[in-house]
Amino acid sequence: MGTSLGFHIVFAVLGVGLPLLMCVAEGLALWRRDEAWMLLAKRWSKAFGILFAVGAVSGTVLSFELGLLWPRFMAFSGGIFGLPFSAEGFAFFIEAIFLGLYLYGWDRLSPVKHWLTSIPIAFSGAASSVFVVMANAWMNTPAGFQLGPDGKLAQVDPLAAALNPSTATEDPHMLVSAYVVTGFLVAAVYAAGLLRGRNDIFHRRGLASGMAMGAIAIVLAGITGDSSARFIYEAQPAKFAAMEGIYRTQRGAPITLGGIPSDAQHRVLYGIEIPQALSFLATFDPNAEVRGLDTYPPADRPNPVLVHLSFDGMVGLGTFIGLMAAAFWLLAIRRRSVPTWRLVLLGLVAAGPASVVAMEAGWFVTEFGRQPWVVYGIMRTSEAATTAPALGLTFAVFIAIYAGLAFTTARLLLMLAAHTRDAAARNAAKKVDAFRDE
Amino acid sequence: MRFEMNSAELIAGILWLALTAYAVLAGADFGGGVWDLFASGPRANEQRVAVAEAMGPVWEANHVWLIFMITGLFTAFPVTFGVLALALYVPLTIAMVGIVLRGASFAFRAHGADSVGPMSTWGVVFGVASIVTPFFLGTAAAAVASGSIHAPKGQLVSGFLDGWTTPLAIVIGLFALAICAYLAATYLMVENEHRPALLADFRRRAIAAAFVSGVLALLAVAISFFGDQRLLQTLTGRPPLFALALLNGPLALWAVWRSRPRLARVAVIGQVVLVLWAWAVGQGPYLVPPDLTITATAAPEATLTAMLVVITIGGLILIPSLWLLFRVFKARNPQART
Repeated sequence: MGTSLGFHIVFAVLGVGLPLLMCVAEGLALWRRDEAWMLLAKRWSKAFGILFAVGAVSGTVLSFELGLLWPRFMAFSGGIFGLPFSAEGFAFFIEAIFLGLYLYGWDRLSPVKHWLTSIPIAFSGAASSVFVVMANAWMNTPAGFQLGPDGKLAQVDPLAAALNPSTATEDPHMLVSAYVVTGFLVAAVYAAGLLRGRNDIFHRRGLASGMAMGAIAIVLAGITGDSSARFIYEAQPAKFAAMEGIYRTQRGAPITLGGIPSDAQHRVLYGIEIPQALSFLATFDPNAEVRGLDTYPPADRPNPVLVHLSFDGMVGLGTFIGLMAAAFWLLAIRRRSVPTWRLVLLGLVAAGPASVVAMEAGWFVTEFGRQPWVVYGIMRTSEAATTAPALGLTFAVFIAIYAGLAFTTARLLLMLAAHTRDAAARNAAKKVDAFRDE
Repeated sequence: MRFEMNSAELIAGILWLALTAYAVLAGADFGGGVWDLFASGPRANEQRVAVAEAMGPVWEANHVWLIFMITGLFTAFPVTFGVLALALYVPLTIAMVGIVLRGASFAFRAHGADSVGPMSTWGVVFGVASIVTPFFLGTAAAAVASGSIHAPKGQLVSGFLDGWTTPLAIVIGLFALAICAYLAATYLMVENEHRPALLADFRRRAIAAAFVSGVLALLAVAISFFGDQRLLQTLTGRPPLFALALLNGPLALWAVWRSRPRLARVAVIGQVVLVLWAWAVGQGPYLVPPDLTITATAAPEATLTAMLVVITIGGLILIPSLWLLFRVFKARNPQART
């Protein structure tokens, strides 16, 4: 399940972000009558055709695995948090339909109509993310139902479940993260091309487009991430303590950067401590109390090593990405053109994969931080798991398939990117270059 | 016959409609994969191109019916969903592998071919996955329809091999595969009306698929009649639909034989619809006979109401969008201009 999710999510976020880039590029192409933007949009749409297909089928496996691996969890929760999943089904329908029109409609639809089909794709992609994350938010702060005295469901309010307290912080954070990852991955592809000396209008514009989306989104990711963390301090103190490696309940708690939480010594070893910073960030009061892991019975604690390192990994990489974006745009504004310094480009090539790792680390924080619960405070993961046979074999098969698909997808996308070298494309680029660089 | 429905029955009906749409639309996409794999003769390549042209714009939308069904099932009938996922763990997992490989390989070929060149390995994967998936989905359906999944009080007690490994289930799996190929061949006849040679190719394929699926259907009826009669009882529980299917089958074959593509397409779709609805109506108040009824395994009323609201709003956006998609790509002879 985790493997499927980790695999699917990379495709899913590109399904959210890329359509927006395509939509903007094609809109610019029509508005400015500019062939180069059009070629960019076409190239992205080809890449998106592959990514969406792989994302769609891996998403199907996920929805099915929910029942397969967590039958008791689904039997309990399906009726409560199924609503966003149904809505997501429709969003996904719209995305698939208009993607079909977009990919295969280049010469069936008029240019403006064709451009219009990209708008529902971008919208429904974002809506899918919002709906699915609502369901995950519910697992963090379950709401909208009441248990009877026998422990069975007595009353359900699906709308309240969908709009549970975590939705307000988790949903925006995931949505903007999708744009972060898309932006920086796109930028990384073109930065790599520029490093290899392919300094043409496609690469410069591709890089600038990715960085425009990525830079705006990383700022928003910081803001939403901050409010998310402050919400977790209130709603899931055990997760918060694990994120920060806080064992003893204390006032004026420090932030520990890096380091390895040690259960034996009840503190984080080898980290850098910033006194009182945690209390301040969580509540704006440097002397506020932060509840420690020690106040939970051992069976109720998440794994602080995993959660703390994932959290610091996410924040650290996010900071790196943000600094790269700042450097890029400062240089771009001062030089009034896309910077092509080797060091900046190398940093941007690294920022692409870094954004993916940061996002995956973020999911580690939210998922492992919630353990041992699958529905926080209501149902334990061990109670929800399956009794199906041959799980090991199934995992092995799916991991092998995902590895094969990831490899092939990456190979095809790289070849697609390298295709710019083709004589035709390069000639077109030169022509437009000569025209644009007047 | 009652004419009132509670919301659980209404949602079950909508999910069954989604299943019907999936069978008629995505079934043909699997059939397309079959004809891709078995493309032969002097026009083998043109046949593959015709399959790719027909599937390309619509297969992902067609696939979403399955996702809609899965999410709808676990929202409205969580207990049933859990039981089905466990009882049919093996065939459904194999079908999932098939779905993943089929979709990915099709996309790799469609969007990567011009930078990588023809990808024959992925072509074979595409074809084989298109065969495996409907077969195992068919065996899973047979397990449900034959009442082999026992889950008194929502706890699965039957085994992981029950129902879908019987000779009957295997025949039904093959029948599902043959029907998919039949659907695809008649659709491809319609879409290639303006190319007489291809039209003749797909006509021959449609006739072959018609005979194979007809023989398998009769074989399934015979096995059920002389052995385990539960499946037959389900299908013939409400006679008119099944009787119509028996009449409609020869009509479809006649239309294919006389090369009437449009009539053939309607008749073959009709065949699938009739069989599925004869099954649905025949298993009466049960979602998964003999233990799980629609009403007893439904989610709380508030969930069902909310889901109906979502379906209504979603449907208002979905139906015009689908209409647009099929209007643009499947209107009368769209390929004629090439």
